[in-house]
Amino acid sequence: MTGATRRLPWLGLAILVGAVLLIPPLFLARYGLYIMSMWAVMTIAAIGLNLTLGYAGQVSLAQGAFVGIGAYCAGILTTSFGWNGIATIPVAIVLCFAIGWLLGYPALRVQHHYLAFVTLAFSTLAFLVFRNEEWLTKGIYGIENIHRPTVFGMRTAKPLPFYFFCLGTLATMSAMAWWVVRSPWGRAFVALRENPVRALSLGVDVRRYTLVAFAIGSAFGGVSGVLYALLVQFVEPPAFGLALSLNILMMVIVGGSGTFFGPYLGTMIAVLLPEWLRLTTRLGQLVPEDSTWHARVVHWLDLPNQYYLILYSIFVIVLIAYSPKGILGFVEAKIADRRTRQASTLRVAAAPTLLGEDRP
Amino acid sequence: MTRVLEVANLSKHFWGITAVDDVSFHVDAGEILGIIGPNGSGKSTLFNCILGQLAPSRGEVRLDGRMVTGRSPAELNRLGVSRTFQLLQVFPELSVRENLILAAQEHRGGMIERLFGPRDAGLGDTAAEMIAFFKLDHLAREKAGGLSYGQQKLVDAAMAFMAGPRLVLLDEPAGGVNLTMLADLQDRLRAMNRERGATFVVIEHNMDFVMSLCSRIVVLAEGKVLAQGTPESIRRDPAVIDAYLGH
Repeated sequence: MTGATRRLPWLGLAILVGAVLLIPPLFLARYGLYIMSMWAVMTIAAIGLNLTLGYAGQVSLAQGAFVGIGAYCAGILTTSFGWNGIATIPVAIVLCFAIGWLLGYPALRVQHHYLAFVTLAFSTLAFLVFRNEEWLTKGIYGIENIHRPTVFGMRTAKPLPFYFFCLGTLATMSAMAWWVVRSPWGRAFVALRENPVRALSLGVDVRRYTLVAFAIGSAFGGVSGVLYALLVQFVEPPAFGLALSLNILMMVIVGGSGTFFGPYLGTMIAVLLPEWLRLTTRLGQLVPEDSTWHARVVHWLDLPNQYYLILYSIFVIVLIAYSPKGILGFVEAKIADRRTRQASTLRVAAAPTLLGEDRP
Repeated sequence: MTRVLEVANLSKHFWGITAVDDVSFHVDAGEILGIIGPNGSGKSTLFNCILGQLAPSRGEVRLDGRMVTGRSPAELNRLGVSRTFQLLQVFPELSVRENLILAAQEHRGGMIERLFGPRDAGLGDTAAEMIAFFKLDHLAREKAGGLSYGQQKLVDAAMAFMAGPRLVLLDEPAGGVNLTMLADLQDRLRAMNRERGATFVVIEHNMDFVMSLCSRIVVLAEGKVLAQGTPESIRRDPAVIDAYLGH
């Protein structure tokens, strides 16, 4: 197979994905566009966590907090100071980069589940600030009336233009993530994840790369937060609790931690699946309440409303049990497997000549 | 002859146990020095003290005449000392080529240049050449984790030479490697030494391997230097035969 023919299926896939992202939204109603925008917004946060966790191997349960910081940045600056929503993005990036850098320091001392606890504590801390510092965040009342910005002369108040704004931002952030991952930094991140002691002995400044990994991942969270605030047009503390951090972690792991496109897929599943599975709610409601005992049990457990969560949970359990590296990790392993088998077939076929060259 | 490494009166204590006891030796440019000794004689601890993995309790380490005692492993590495570990340490998820590039990429430029510079950090050619030298061409794009143990050992050794080091410390390069692969490894290390003037120190249990590869040998026993000299003189040294070679 030549390089060109090998790339053909990927090119086809790229065109298909592009078409799905660009064409159906033109015909979708408000709610459909909201869901697709939410996918783009959450994907940015998941890409960030994937850099920190998937590539550099630093466990973080604080990505939701950075989304919150970004969202409050946008909320406060647009409502109290009349900023354009776009202008808040650089502020959120700088702020989250700095705070993420500081959060990296504990990671220099503790790893794995201990680090998870440290970041969990930070997540709680951020939540308390959002809720209690009323002078800044308006506390439990939240910040309302966040206006969507005008981007390059295009007003994004309507769902469709705003969706394209989200998609454009996602594309920009994806390009940045791609650049980082393919640069020598990406290689150093993987080294950090796989074997920090060995990395150190190869001159890799483990300390600085750890901090940078946290900072970059957090900055992505901040950008996601700004878009979140502009999409929902309302920010309140509970949206950025631990549940969000866990959700983003789930997106990364389900899609394939440490694979570039994992977060896109994982977020799609986390955002869209509940919407599709909501259909099962209607199935549940079809059972008349006074009929059989099992209908009563179903009703008593409120199963109709929980169906999609149950199915989603079972899916996640089965997936992680069979493929800890997520969906794309599974696919990648299969591809690598096939390639290795092809290569060894070729090698066996070429073996006599090789031996002839090596040992005349 | 230039002294690349000079270790003077190095000691390391762990809570009253003396793992390395007043050890002094030197390594000249272009030589292969072997360090042998029974299990627990302090060989790896000595390595770790030289390489900054552990802080020595007493003594000095000089690299090209410059004091480097207590420098961090990353700093020492950038000053030109590279190493392999006793247990195999390649990065399994990176390809062979990526492993080699990683082994040298931090030696040039700053962080920012590395982010915005070329993807191979300008090391693509060096890596390709090193891969060819260690006869790993057909494996260059495979993930290192998928290689056989012996092949990974070759990659591990190749990584140590990537940055053009002044000195390479190999901790049991022959451990667990099958005989055919061992011959390859020995052949490549010797070629590295003869053709490129690489200087290295080898810790090894495999006597044949050490005796045939090294130009000079230091014998450790209970943390002390028991003897040093050419392989021939070591083979005949009564103290060494008593303590170690024995039967």
